[in-house]
Amino acid sequence: MKWVRNLLDNIKPNFEKGGKFPWLHSTFDAFETFAFVPKTTTKSGAHFRDALDMKRTMTIVIIALLPALLIGTYNIGYQHFLSLDPTMGLFDDVWQNLWYGIVKILPILVVSYGVGLGIEFAFAQLRGHEVNEGYLVSGMLIPLIMPPDVPLWQLTIAVIFAVVIGKEVFGGTGMNFMNPALLARAFLFFAFPSSMSGDKVWIAEKADAFSGATPLAEMMTGGTMPSTSILDMIIGFMPGSIGETSVIAIALGAILLLITGIGSWKIMLSVFLGGAAMGLTFNMFGSNSYTQLPFYYHFLMGGFMFGAVFMATDPVTAAQTNRGKWIYGFLIGVMAVLIRVVNPAYPEGMMLSILLLNVFAPLIDYFVVDANIKMRTKRWKLKGGTNV
Amino acid sequence: MSNIITVKKGFDIKIIGEPENKILIPRVEFYAIKPTDFIGVTPKMMVKEDDKVKAGTPIFYAKHNEKILFTSPVSGVVKSINRGEKRVIEEVIIIPDSIQDYEDFGKESLATMNREDVVEKLLKSGLWTLIRKRPYAVIPNPETSPKCIIVSGFDSSPLAADYNILLKGKAAEIQLGVDVLKKLTQGKIHVNVSYEKTTCDELLKLQGVELNKFKGQHPVGNVSIQIAKLDPINKGDSVWYIDAQDLAIIGKLFATGKVEKDRIIALVGNEVVRPQYYKLKFGACIEHLVEGNVLKENNLRYISGSVLTGKTISAEGYLGAYDNLVSVITEGDYYDFLGWILPGFKKFSLYRTFLSGFLQLLPKQKRKPVNIDTNLHGGKRAFVLTGEFEKVLPLDIYPLQLIKACIIGDIDLMEELGIYEVDAEDFALCEVIDVSKTDIQQIIREGLELMRKELGE
Repeated sequence: MKWVRNLLDNIKPNFEKGGKFPWLHSTFDAFETFAFVPKTTTKSGAHFRDALDMKRTMTIVIIALLPALLIGTYNIGYQHFLSLDPTMGLFDDVWQNLWYGIVKILPILVVSYGVGLGIEFAFAQLRGHEVNEGYLVSGMLIPLIMPPDVPLWQLTIAVIFAVVIGKEVFGGTGMNFMNPALLARAFLFFAFPSSMSGDKVWIAEKADAFSGATPLAEMMTGGTMPSTSILDMIIGFMPGSIGETSVIAIALGAILLLITGIGSWKIMLSVFLGGAAMGLTFNMFGSNSYTQLPFYYHFLMGGFMFGAVFMATDPVTAAQTNRGKWIYGFLIGVMAVLIRVVNPAYPEGMMLSILLLNVFAPLIDYFVVDANIKMRTKRWKLKGGTNV
Repeated sequence: MSNIITVKKGFDIKIIGEPENKILIPRVEFYAIKPTDFIGVTPKMMVKEDDKVKAGTPIFYAKHNEKILFTSPVSGVVKSINRGEKRVIEEVIIIPDSIQDYEDFGKESLATMNREDVVEKLLKSGLWTLIRKRPYAVIPNPETSPKCIIVSGFDSSPLAADYNILLKGKAAEIQLGVDVLKKLTQGKIHVNVSYEKTTCDELLKLQGVELNKFKGQHPVGNVSIQIAKLDPINKGDSVWYIDAQDLAIIGKLFATGKVEKDRIIALVGNEVVRPQYYKLKFGACIEHLVEGNVLKENNLRYISGSVLTGKTISAEGYLGAYDNLVSVITEGDYYDFLGWILPGFKKFSLYRTFLSGFLQLLPKQKRKPVNIDTNLHGGKRAFVLTGEFEKVLPLDIYPLQLIKACIIGDIDLMEELGIYEVDAEDFALCEVIDVSKTDIQQIIREGLELMRKELGE
């Protein structure tokens, strides 16, 4: 790959101070470090470092999202054609379904990455920083939690809001306190509710005659049980946000995150524990069909699984202490089910639950760390220390 | 009687180039005392260039306490006083005589000496500077007294020297050294050894000490971790510590009246042809150790100390004041095409995003030594991953929170989070595994220095 290196070395001076395009320095740097891990060596402290860097970390998450993306893409096409012809089988016309899905999702991906990365590059340049890889993941998460028919201009505004207000004003990736991808969705949800809720939006260009209600919507409008079978919910062929429907696809991603250690198993597990605990609690006092719904249905419907695996585990916005992670995850599960069952306005509780706990994560950490501080003070006082 | 203490967290990184059990005596043409090795010491010179000195002659004293003397390891002639930026004295170079001449510090029996006499003798001979104090890892104030003293009898860092070899035949000196330490504190003298590695009677048969056997992985050999297990440091406490090999030098001073700053050190690392031990004196030039004993001419990093915490020196550099290791590893200034995405069979990583990371899951006896280089493997970023530092820091401390407190310089918060209990070296493994490539040891060191300046010792 000598020629790539030579090419980069040749054009590099153009992007440095005094070159032709100094304002593109961060952009050039991003592409250069994409091709080659830089030759920087350790200057202080430990003389050798682990080979893992932020690019690889983020790439692992993107790879973990690919099964959901793939099944989501196919599902867009399948749901669309199913709404036109309810007798259609799952694999009746694979290529037609896939092609339709690709045509739908590609513009969404392009807008998400184009707008988001554009803002990232601009801010990196303004700050004189290297471009942070955080948005590579957000840029993939955002399309996967959108309905397939989301208008692109609305998506653009949502991405701008999420990246600028959700992240850059706080200092960029690592400094934000709310998950940018969920913020984009929440923005659309409240700013353009007609594009984000109701029965129409979850199937691309749905035929009017077809019901197309998601399991969550069915439950909220007083259904006894979701009409989608458990098997369909697990495989993921039901109406819903693009990447959220398939339990299997998300589980594959979860396995990769857990094996590599990039996703926190503590958070994932505790979200499910919290969801189960709340679900079982409702079962005990069940007064209507929703409260009597077996708790595991909550994991299969809507964005619970996707949120637990990919959103709650975002290390920047989650609790940062190990003890805090258990509390944080558990409360996400509890709140998600609580909002779903009790709140009449929002069918899906996962998004709001995670955002809520994002806000509370620093407080949880505060109490966890405070216990450590109190332990230290107590030990000191036992030895006769006094405040000065 | 001994205590067995198990430390659960931590990690032993095995690296190619462990030393063989063979001790050579190298030719050394120059010695240097480096004031920068001593934290918080501003040197005031007591000799000029071309002055003749004996082994034990004071070279400079500490500006903050003129009683703390730094003495020459050899007799010879002061060749030069090398200054760096802002005229800071970096090295005092001494050319040794062929026949060594020693200052005489007297052979008075320890039994007849009181604490003041002992302190005086240690200060005059310059051996006081072998003792250090927590918090801050500085040379202690002779007017104070610690709650206990730790004799550090093993090193758990990668490629560490084997203390069974370093201490061989020094039983009497170490015992005398322990007796000297007993004059300095009312508290206990803790001798800390490794449960798995320490076999030498030089430590195991010491009298009048508390023997603690530590079981676990690095940083179990760091005194911070040991103190936390034995007698945690609270605000206002001080604990002193000394390396077992240096304690033998103190013992020797009280036995013979001479300052003989001999140390056995190990030359290690993946770029060393014959990793082995050398017997030399403090501050020796490493030139003839590495000459013809490294795998290539250029692009090597020479480190006085371990690969985790040592200081970079040149191929003609000098051994640091507290080091018993010289490590030589590959400089990593290469570009790595798509290195962030390839499977990575040969890369060093504790994370399982690389296939090689799975090998690190093996129990420590079965881990294969790996090759390392100095490449940073990525760009600096804000902290993103959490929960990783905790796995390699066996202290009841929240590492990320403490690091952030140091970055913002909030001394109240640093104190609350336990800054007194740590030293920069304890965070070396955190620094190695940090995906954001932050220079954590430097941050902690600067935090400690801020505390020391604001609050005094």
